[in-house]
Amino acid sequence: MKAFTDFLHWVETTPLAILVSQSTYGFSAIDMFHIASVSVVFGMIAILDLRLTGMAFSDFSVTDLSRQVLPWTWAAFVIAAITGGLMFTGQAVKYSVNFAFLVKIALIALAGLNVLVFHFITYRGVAKWDRGVPVPWAAKLAGALSLVIWIAVTAYGRFTAYYMFP
Amino acid sequence: MAELSQWVGSLPISLAMRRITWLVPMLQTLHILSIGIVLSSVVMIDLRIWRASRSGTAIARSEHFIPWMWTALAIATLTGIALMFGAPRSWRDGAFVAKLYMMAAATMATVALPIMLRRNDCGGKDAGVPAQLVGVAALLLWLGATLAGRGRWIAGALGG
Repeated sequence: MKAFTDFLHWVETTPLAILVSQSTYGFSAIDMFHIASVSVVFGMIAILDLRLTGMAFSDFSVTDLSRQVLPWTWAAFVIAAITGGLMFTGQAVKYSVNFAFLVKIALIALAGLNVLVFHFITYRGVAKWDRGVPVPWAAKLAGALSLVIWIAVTAYGRFTAYYMFP
Repeated sequence: MAELSQWVGSLPISLAMRRITWLVPMLQTLHILSIGIVLSSVVMIDLRIWRASRSGTAIARSEHFIPWMWTALAIATLTGIALMFGAPRSWRDGAFVAKLYMMAAATMATVALPIMLRRNDCGGKDAGVPAQLVGVAALLLWLGATLAGRGRWIAGALGG
């Protein structure tokens, strides 16, 4: 654990981290793009999730919707991860003991696991339920989990900021 | 206008919002999530009218996503107004004013889009160039409004 804390202290001393923490507006500028990209991640993936759970967009085939939604989701996620990472470097030690932040990271890991299971197991049989027939429960569950997790990730992101800068 | 902002900040509801610590992050979360739906709805319409996707007609695509977009915009606006009680904004804040202008222009573009698609030569099957341009303008304006909503710091950065 001490090695990890030492590592976080070192992270804070890297030139990039100093740039983030010392510049007057650097953090705010990064934060602006972080929030915008988080909202795009949720908005785009929610469309596919709503289709999977059967709540909306049944006129679209699952594969068609995936093709349209996922590139935007991933692009926005990459921006969110980079901007989030930058903000982390500035105060790595403080974030590492922020409960809301730790929950948020755990939830993102859970979302990743959900994507892996869906993509490599459930999605293999997509041809059978692509359109016009009910989606199997495993796909419904993946959609519902994704919706709940991303809502929670956004909420814990806000609480992270609230505990960092009360 | 500064007095108005101060007066709003001293209202009981504003004081309550600062006391109930989870209220602001919760409202912010709802605000961010609903803005996400606004943006993704416009992206989905743009994908069809720019023919990156060819499934369905352009008009059907807009009829699918426009209701989601307006519902989400209503939630974003209500949560946005509620948040202003906790942290009143000023008309002197350029980013806030820019956000309101961009929202107004984006709303007009989003209203115009389905009308343009319906009036199109091919009856809304595909989009003409004007509708394509309005579609892109709508997305950029909503994106601009989203960024400006988090742009309180910009005035300071510009030395204002």
